[in-house]
Amino acid sequence: MANSLLEIVGLTKSFPGVTALDGVDFALRGGEIHALMGENGAGKSTLIKVLTGVFPRDAGETRLEGKIIAPRSPREAEGLGISTVYQEVNLIPHLSVAENICLGRQPTWLGVIRWPAIANRARAALARLDLSLDVNRQLSAYSIAVQQLIAIARALDISAKLLILDEPTSSLDRNEVEELFKKLRKLRAGGLGIIFITHFIDQVYEISDLITVLRNGCRIGCFATKDLPRIKLVSHMIGKAVHQVEALEQKRASAASIRSEAPMLEARGLARKGSLRPLDLDIRPGEVVGLAGLLGSGRTETAKLLFGVDRADQGTVRMNGREVRFDSPRAAIRYGIALTPEDRKVAGIIPNLTVRENIVLALQTRRGSWRRLSVAEQAKLADRFIQALGIKTPSREQTVRNLSGGNQQKVLLARWLAIEPKLFILDEPTRGIDVGAKSEIERLIQSLRQDGLAVLFISSELEEVVRQSQRVVVLRDRRKVDELREGEISEGAIMQSIANPNLERTGA
Amino acid sequence: MIDWVSDLLFWIVFGSILLFLRGRRIFWTVGALGMLLLFNQFFTPGFFHLQVLDGHLYGSRIDVLNQGAKVMLLSLGMVLVIATGGVDLSVGAVMAIAAAVSSRLLVTEHLPAGFAIAAALVVSILAGAWNGVLVAGFGIQPIVATLVLMVAGRGVAQLITEGQIINFLDPTMVYLGNGHLFALPFTLTLVLLMLGLAFFLVRRTAVGLFIESVGDNAEASRYSGINARQVKFLVYAFSGFCAGLAGLVACSNIKSADANNIGLYLELDAILAVVVGGTSLQGGRFYLVGALVGGLFIQTLTTTLYARNVSSDISPVPKALVIIAVCLLQSESFRTRLARVVRPSERVLQPIGSRPPQKPITMTSHDSTES
Amino acid sequence: MIRLNPKYIPLLATALVLLAVFVTGSLLYPNFGTPRVAVNLLNDSAFVGVAAVGESFVILSGGIDLSVGSMVAFVGILIAKLLQVGWDPFLAMGVALCVGTAAGAVMGGLIHFFELPPFLVTLAGLFCLRGLGFVIYPESIGIDHPFYGQVLPQLSILVAPKAVLPFTAMCFLSSVVVGTFVASFTRFGRNVYAVGSNENSARLMGLPVGRTKITTYALASFFSALGGIVATFYMQSGNPASFVGLELDAIAAVVIGGTLLTGGVGFIPGTLMGVLILGLIQQIIIFNGTLNSWWTRIVIGALLLVFIVLQKLISRGGDRETLVAAK
Repeated sequence: MANSLLEIVGLTKSFPGVTALDGVDFALRGGEIHALMGENGAGKSTLIKVLTGVFPRDAGETRLEGKIIAPRSPREAEGLGISTVYQEVNLIPHLSVAENICLGRQPTWLGVIRWPAIANRARAALARLDLSLDVNRQLSAYSIAVQQLIAIARALDISAKLLILDEPTSSLDRNEVEELFKKLRKLRAGGLGIIFITHFIDQVYEISDLITVLRNGCRIGCFATKDLPRIKLVSHMIGKAVHQVEALEQKRASAASIRSEAPMLEARGLARKGSLRPLDLDIRPGEVVGLAGLLGSGRTETAKLLFGVDRADQGTVRMNGREVRFDSPRAAIRYGIALTPEDRKVAGIIPNLTVRENIVLALQTRRGSWRRLSVAEQAKLADRFIQALGIKTPSREQTVRNLSGGNQQKVLLARWLAIEPKLFILDEPTRGIDVGAKSEIERLIQSLRQDGLAVLFISSELEEVVRQSQRVVVLRDRRKVDELREGEISEGAIMQSIANPNLERTGA
Repeated sequence: MIDWVSDLLFWIVFGSILLFLRGRRIFWTVGALGMLLLFNQFFTPGFFHLQVLDGHLYGSRIDVLNQGAKVMLLSLGMVLVIATGGVDLSVGAVMAIAAAVSSRLLVTEHLPAGFAIAAALVVSILAGAWNGVLVAGFGIQPIVATLVLMVAGRGVAQLITEGQIINFLDPTMVYLGNGHLFALPFTLTLVLLMLGLAFFLVRRTAVGLFIESVGDNAEASRYSGINARQVKFLVYAFSGFCAGLAGLVACSNIKSADANNIGLYLELDAILAVVVGGTSLQGGRFYLVGALVGGLFIQTLTTTLYARNVSSDISPVPKALVIIAVCLLQSESFRTRLARVVRPSERVLQPIGSRPPQKPITMTSHDSTES
Repeated sequence: MIRLNPKYIPLLATALVLLAVFVTGSLLYPNFGTPRVAVNLLNDSAFVGVAAVGESFVILSGGIDLSVGSMVAFVGILIAKLLQVGWDPFLAMGVALCVGTAAGAVMGGLIHFFELPPFLVTLAGLFCLRGLGFVIYPESIGIDHPFYGQVLPQLSILVAPKAVLPFTAMCFLSSVVVGTFVASFTRFGRNVYAVGSNENSARLMGLPVGRTKITTYALASFFSALGGIVATFYMQSGNPASFVGLELDAIAAVVIGGTLLTGGVGFIPGTLMGVLILGLIQQIIIFNGTLNSWWTRIVIGALLLVFIVLQKLISRGGDRETLVAAK
């Protein structure tokens, strides 16, 4: 690897209580697009942040063009020729496009900024990407896709040798991705080394030369893209051999058939501008409906609309035949809807309150401020759920922050089970938790279903969706593309629905 | 001789309280108060002297209780506001308004004291509710929203008093800030009553849980169905009420309403009391009694400085230093820096293998590294 | 087809308010529109204006500085005392500026390194400076140095018949010019905007966030100290007990001048207009004669409220576009 642009050896980084990177190796040549793949928590972002000096490293060595480097800030990394473009466009929305490109390195004359020169330089930087924009307009006037390109233009404005793209396509539509890739190919031809992080498998196969897979902070391997079958990539990422996946599928056969009752929830043409196109959805009591699709396909958005977190601007929702309208989670809770959110830490747990307080929260909210549950009632409730769900905690007075991810998730489930919901929306309930807790939660979902609850189950792990659901609604590009019924459900079928461009809203 | 006995008794009681509080958050606040008192025991002659006159107790420690009442009252409201992640900068101005309303009704309009007091409290609650509407209704940042009333409030107070300093002699009004009950200043009873009310309001209902929940994680609270607006509105209104009461005590203390000076900079003392009391400025967990003890600590500090002939004009300096010191101790980044200075061997850069094995207790920090 | 950039809306509103206040005053009182009144206005609001320029930078950076009033009083008494013991006035002013700037840098350092809330740190600064002022001398000291008595009055320009632009007003106007230049034509100034708009993005863009924040507070305190010097010109004395609450006027002027209290948007000339609006309101109340001075505070409070709500509405509209960008 004499001609390596970047070489990382044995990079290690740990945070209190967890090793985020464990002796990771990585290499990149100029004129190469190298994809970095991994599930959530694999260590991709940590790797990038250590590489660009956001976090200090614990151990390991980084060489850029053979020279050892150890940047202590993104600024220093930029100076070395390493530029990063993040998913959530990190530019200044209130400033002009030109300024965003040149900020921090504006051309000056005796310390005085030369504004005309800034505009010219910005135009030149954009021209490298074949873009022509009004550089004097405020950045926020442009779409996210354009902002993304502006961020790349900024990264290239300094003599970048290495461009890191951290999930740049998450908020772009198909054409915009196409456009971005065209530019990336051009840059690759120009000799730039590009590290590309994404969740989208299709895109990886479309653009990358090499794929490095990380899992739980360890490097699983580095593969040439054209020699790595997709199914292999997936199995590396989730850490399961292919035959295991198939074995799991058979267990589902024992599931009881759907109860042919009237739907508990009927959504018709439910939509919100910029987040979800009109969607129909029925959920019956005693039924688990799976919501499948790639990241950003509209799964979480659907959950948020149904739970009243976001307000729908079109469509109707009926609960047990009566039309309802939720403009806040509070309203949805009143109708017996519960939701465990995708991001447990941001929207789920109250980190500094105790397990007991976290568990009683939703029930207490429904009772109102004045009818407080007594301490004894709270303790009884908390103890009941700690036992029933097997929450591992030294005591019910432990602050939730100190529990593991799986136990935090169980606390959230307990919070909602305490109000005895009729419809339970579970958004990625098993993300980032250990295998034991995962299977416990899966068993819990099935037992809830047997008790007559309606469940909307969202997961990015297809096998989980297949195993859990009686019906699967498949989403792509923020719209429903297919609905699979009992007997039709398999990972292959879902993948096909996601991939098949001809499918549009079949089924109910 | 009598002093000796009473001092000893005081320290025995104080010591046992401290011992009893071991392991709780409030331990440190009470401990800091103890250190300050201990300093006075040895270095400030007469600080611990107590005497009985007309059946009332007098002495520096009693003065602290009496003078500290205003800050303690304010801190009860402030602690709840801060727990929701906000801050109320307008309490000083609201104090001035309450003083102005009561004395105007009492003196200029010749209305009974009870009515004047009730009206002043109602106006204070309205002032607090106004802040609540700006914060909860319009979603304006608390510092900014309460700044409006901080700027305009004293103008309103002067408008009410028509720029005059109104003096009064009404016995009920005077009793509020100068009277005695059970040999102790009445203000102490007032503080305890308010503590009882606050305690009932937040701990006997679910409001306290909601306040802590909203302050700790607003987004998750919304997902749990908590009505954050209602909670915030309530705490600002309550803070207004506390400020009104403090304003009445303040003008009763000096038997006059001076719209320019009543409660000046007292919002800062109240914030300080809350922070010393163990409540984080970030919001979340709050400590009602801690805030009261924090208020006592500040008043003791002020009284100590007086007793040591430090001019009242200069006394803000040590207070400022205490603010910074306490906040630094609460600051995460200061602690890590301090730890690095104290234990330089645990520097960040270490070769592989020398790291002590760490047990994965939590996933949270791990999650945070992935966006 | 001119699309109004939303960031200019508050500035436009400020200009309209300024015009409205001025027209109101002119219609009510015949002498109101004369150059002499205008010059007096600049003279009376000079020290607030200089301090407000500094405050603008802090607010643009997303922080707040509550130590302004204490700083002005502290510098006033410091200079008065130094002159009393026979120092050269320029040396005294130089020392005052240095001490003030250093105090600002310390506050900025505490805010940046230990992540303490700005309002709290500058509140401590307010306490400290106020107390230190009393340490220097607990009462008012008159200044009778020849520089103040004889040289200063000569440093003025006749701008119109019976209208002399005094040196204080020139200090104010040049502070605005310098401030505008720093904000718009230096890298530091642009970094202030970036940090105030989105600190995290600024850091990831490789901007020197810490240095910018510390420099901002140092610069603001420099302007406050300069405001203190101008105040000694104006008052011909120093008093440690004076200018209580001046920070509120400065903040109000900045906000009424169209600067977003959350940072990142605003213009220094807007602050000039904000200061003039506050000054004009005071003038109207003085001209009226029957209205009392406390009406000033109430009107300022009301204007502040209007602008804060206006800003909230604008940024709420703007948020929608940048929602994803803001994470």
